[in-house]
Amino acid sequence: MARYLVQRLLLALGVIVFVSALTFALTEATVDPALAVAGEGATEEAIQQIRRQYGFDRPLVERYLGWLGGIASGDLGESYRMRRPVADIIGEHLPVTLKLGFLSLAFAILVAIPLGVLAAVRQNTWIDRFALSVSVIGQALPNFLFALLLIIVFGVNLRWLPISGSGTWQHFVMPTIALGYYAMPALMRLTRSGMIEALEADYVRTALAKGLSPGTVVFRHALQNAILPVVSLGAVQFGFMLGGSVIIEVVFGLNGLGYLARESIRRADLPVVQSIVLLISFFYVVLILLADVLNGLLDPRIRSTGA
Amino acid sequence: MKRRQLLQSAAVMAAGAMLPRSAWANKAADTLNVPLTFGIENIDRYYNSVVDGGILARHIWDTLIYRDPVTFAYKPALATAWRWTDDKTLEFDLRQGVKFHNGDDFSADDVIFTLNFVSNPANKATGQDNVNFIEKAEKLSDYKVRVQLKHSFPPALEYVSGEWPIYPGKYYERVGPRGMGEKPVGTGPYRVVSLVPSREFVLERFDEHYKDSPKLEKGGNIPRIKARLLPDMATQVAELLGGGIDWMWYVPADQAEQLAQMPNLTVVNEEVFRTGSLVIDATGRSGVPALKDKRVRKAIAYAINRQEMIDNLVKGKSKRLDVPCYPTQFGCNAAKAVVYDFNVQKAKDLMKEAGFADGFSVDMYAWRSREWSEAIVAYLAAIGIRVNLQQMDYFAIRDLMRSGKTPITFIDDGYYRLNDSATIWQRFFAKAPDDQAHDDEVKAWVEAAARINDPAKRQEFYDRIIAKVTDEAYWAPLFTFSTNYAFTKDLAFTPNIDEMPRWYNARWT
Repeated sequence: MARYLVQRLLLALGVIVFVSALTFALTEATVDPALAVAGEGATEEAIQQIRRQYGFDRPLVERYLGWLGGIASGDLGESYRMRRPVADIIGEHLPVTLKLGFLSLAFAILVAIPLGVLAAVRQNTWIDRFALSVSVIGQALPNFLFALLLIIVFGVNLRWLPISGSGTWQHFVMPTIALGYYAMPALMRLTRSGMIEALEADYVRTALAKGLSPGTVVFRHALQNAILPVVSLGAVQFGFMLGGSVIIEVVFGLNGLGYLARESIRRADLPVVQSIVLLISFFYVVLILLADVLNGLLDPRIRSTGA
Repeated sequence: MKRRQLLQSAAVMAAGAMLPRSAWANKAADTLNVPLTFGIENIDRYYNSVVDGGILARHIWDTLIYRDPVTFAYKPALATAWRWTDDKTLEFDLRQGVKFHNGDDFSADDVIFTLNFVSNPANKATGQDNVNFIEKAEKLSDYKVRVQLKHSFPPALEYVSGEWPIYPGKYYERVGPRGMGEKPVGTGPYRVVSLVPSREFVLERFDEHYKDSPKLEKGGNIPRIKARLLPDMATQVAELLGGGIDWMWYVPADQAEQLAQMPNLTVVNEEVFRTGSLVIDATGRSGVPALKDKRVRKAIAYAINRQEMIDNLVKGKSKRLDVPCYPTQFGCNAAKAVVYDFNVQKAKDLMKEAGFADGFSVDMYAWRSREWSEAIVAYLAAIGIRVNLQQMDYFAIRDLMRSGKTPITFIDDGYYRLNDSATIWQRFFAKAPDDQAHDDEVKAWVEAAARINDPAKRQEFYDRIIAKVTDEAYWAPLFTFSTNYAFTKDLAFTPNIDEMPRWYNARWT
């Protein structure tokens, strides 16, 4: 298990360094930050002065290494746009996104797994078809459209829930459903297919033949095997929710990391963009690492082969 | 964009049916709830350049002089009198008895610290062009200051009255821009009682705001203003219908018509200090040599039916524009402009004469309404110009334009609401990065006008500039903008042409 862990950690570190280099190179190659910093109506002289003042005229590799060195010492740099430490800015926006991500994943899992199990157990019945319909709608419906429908029904017409903001738990109900529903179908379908495969396995027939109750067989034996890929997918979905919640954040007026990323990209605030991408990739890597470890714990074959 | 607009309309229709039973709670709570479309990370006005930041700044801080939003006349504010002592020197007599929100007394020290701090390049103020012409501010007495400019700068008073909020010097020296952003202190009619950067600002009426303030001439009686970030227009509409906000602006024309049907809402259209024009790359830098030909540029100007666009798409109080500046701006003399009335045949003849009877292909960049852009695409198609529309974000286009990669750009600009056309000529016709004409003669006139304060002499240069710029068709001016404001019937609100909502003059009915 220790060797397996070390392998995974080294791989994770390599991925993060690679992503950081790629992000830095791409952002620096696509925009001229001096133009963005200079603002409207700046003269050519002012732009050149900013280029020198901020060090934009230094070689790319030198700037990348300087940035990486800063990160190693906990300094993410200063926002060009806000003139504040990037770490502080991200610290203000991250909690909203984390909260939304956790809640949405929880919602997706709480709906997807029972529905997937039920669809598998009642395969080809109306329950199965209902579950698949819910899944198809979730995949087909753009999340901003679903978010607007929620707002119209629960915010404007019924007035049960606040439409925008993040002040109370009620503010997170609609965004959680809108974002979670987008992630739910894949989890549900994977649970369903895993369960169908597990329910047809010899060990399930053996367990039933031994007289175990159907509930015990389904939840203790079949689900435990079917859930492995769902854990991995759940981790990936959580990473997606952290990095891909921008539309939901904009629609519901949640000023989280997604909204910050959007605004920073628009205004070429490279230190913020680079730090957000690095942070999201870090989350992704850690989540996948945790999923691997969890899979290893759940399935001894994985940790013994190191697969 | 279209899909989103359809959905917004659907939201309006669906929600509207339920409205009559709604009760507006904000009046009862004496709090005016308004949306912010853009996040303001630092409310310190010298360190943000978003329109919403400018609006809030006018509530929290005061400027030395005040520009009347209707007449554009200057009025005393923190300064009771001012004068040019020479082309580069302004003197201000300051008002006595003014208090900052933290209890500090206002004096010359506050003015000189603020202006010297923000004009120092080392302090990296965001809107450099608002302050980079200040050489230094000097104290002449406790209530008299002198501001020395680096060079002659005739439109200086426009900046003084708009983009120079005055901060409490000692406090600003202690906390800096970051501290000012976290805990703003000014002399304005509202003080900030709480804020979450980029998310929410709660303002409370400042009862010690100085008497005789020009900001209070038109009254206003709302004790609290809560401004919060709502970047999505559809969400703003939903919040307005649901009673979460009391006021919004920039409502698209089609939705404004529907919102006007709602019994509890008032919809008002007002022209705003913003113009839309096509900027044509006459230098050939963007790789379309056809645009270097004056006849082709003129053909483009003739091909667009501006009035039809206004009547059917832009709507409201927008007006046809024949000059590349806003009509009230100093120097913007439309009588000197070459006018291009809609004339497809003339446009086709010019194309033929220039050797482009079969037309050519060109990219057009635009960030505003896609419908407007598509109308222009259709007009140009009629004279053989095949436009590949590149609809993208403003900041992306701005950078491309400055790099000389945009053959035609559909721009709009509010010019910081400066009522002096100098800002346009300097930025777009004096070989600054945004200049797509690179005309040495025009540049020389722009620079000559910038060195003289005599209005009549400046006007002569601007007349020449307008005549040449329009004759060369470097730009195809299209129309002025208007905007739709929608607000609850409980609210009395008067929009102004300068695109600066003054909530401090709003009141409950």
